[in-house]
Amino acid sequence: MEFLRPATWDEALAAKAEYPTALPISGGTDVMVEMNFDVHRPSAILDLNRITELTEWSNDGGVVRLGAAVPYTRIINELSGPLPGLALASHTVGSPQIRNRGGVGGNLGGASPAGDAHPALLAAGRDVFVEACSVRGTRMIAIDDFYVGVKRNSLEQDELIRAVHIPVADGPQQFSKIGTRNAMVIAVCAFGFALHPKNGTVGTGIGSAAPTPRRAVEAEEYLQGVLAERGLWESGDLLGTEVIQRFGELVKAAASPIDDVRGTADYRRHSLAVMARRTLTWTWNDYSKQIRSAA
Amino acid sequence: MRVTFTANGKPVEADDVWEGESLLYVLRERVGLPGSKNACEQGECGSCTVYLDGTPVCSCLVAAGQVQDREVRTVEGLAEDDGELGLVQQAFIDAGAVQCGFCTPGLLVQTDALLANDAQPSDNDIREALSGNLCRCTGYEKIMDAVRLASARTCAKAVSE
Repeated sequence: MEFLRPATWDEALAAKAEYPTALPISGGTDVMVEMNFDVHRPSAILDLNRITELTEWSNDGGVVRLGAAVPYTRIINELSGPLPGLALASHTVGSPQIRNRGGVGGNLGGASPAGDAHPALLAAGRDVFVEACSVRGTRMIAIDDFYVGVKRNSLEQDELIRAVHIPVADGPQQFSKIGTRNAMVIAVCAFGFALHPKNGTVGTGIGSAAPTPRRAVEAEEYLQGVLAERGLWESGDLLGTEVIQRFGELVKAAASPIDDVRGTADYRRHSLAVMARRTLTWTWNDYSKQIRSAA
Repeated sequence: MRVTFTANGKPVEADDVWEGESLLYVLRERVGLPGSKNACEQGECGSCTVYLDGTPVCSCLVAAGQVQDREVRTVEGLAEDDGELGLVQQAFIDAGAVQCGFCTPGLLVQTDALLANDAQPSDNDIREALSGNLCRCTGYEKIMDAVRLASARTCAKAVSE
């Protein structure tokens, strides 16, 4: 096994081109578990810790460009304003020690359906992009095209994740996750939800209840229709139980979970409907308050 | 491969390190610092918590090669220079928060980091800060007492200085 330690991003891309099967490591919170338990013996490990730009973020007012290795602790402390959904999801990752090391780049690279960042990224809108780089150039991969199978993403072998581009929130966002306790939990299932009043859309993300993280597209379309038809974006009036109930049912229908050690498919479907109703209620209450206080 | 780094303020060198090896293994087996404990090897238990460049991390999840030229501080480094126990260590003993002792090194480092950030944490803050450290003797109430005691002593020390 080789241990590659590039000092710059260009060196990292050159190393990945030369060793396409090299496993990138940053926080190590997934990679080292596989190594310690001998699940995976890669030909080489590509350490990205020396590349400090991966731990930086910037915000141009419309979009946050989040470096792949910004640890979850910093997302919680520094980005809960512009990225509230992702910051809430980050707070549910592992433990303080894990959040000090792990970041969104690793979540995306691993592409586990249980990754906590995925529902928040999917819910953040259709302008979320993964910045994938190689010696051949840079690709912006839309988040909807990123997850392609269980623990598989659409990166090419010579590509590395440099950053994620996420629109600054223009409305309330929520994240909800089911587990056996509050810390150190791999999600039984999870749900991310966001209101996007500027373009009259809503965003959803389902975690741990399908082969890949996925949206509940029909639920989004149903809710967008109701909000537009009834002029609710303008009035901020109550949604009513029927709408909330229907939204929950449509989210539930969008999942295709399995029975496994963490929970049954039935339980996952049931809890998704509950989480969908709750996150919709919480975000809509916040939105209504904003409308009323602005009036 | 060879890995050189600073451990508790002293330069250390480890040879014949396997590329997939963890920092925890290097600390315990190669540089004579067995204070950090090896339990779960997957970041669940927190027994191996050390400072890496001032940030508490699970040393079982850091690849040894990643600490080249960096600073590591282990539970051994919490003691005073003259070998006397540090404030957090003494508080754990005085509160009776050490039972089998296996989880203690990780709890000490994590508590030290908590109090460095916030000398007067609320009970909720303490629980959150220690949520990644498991104690199988379930001495959590004594551990809470120990952190409160360490907090009180840290504040008293700050006032007297």
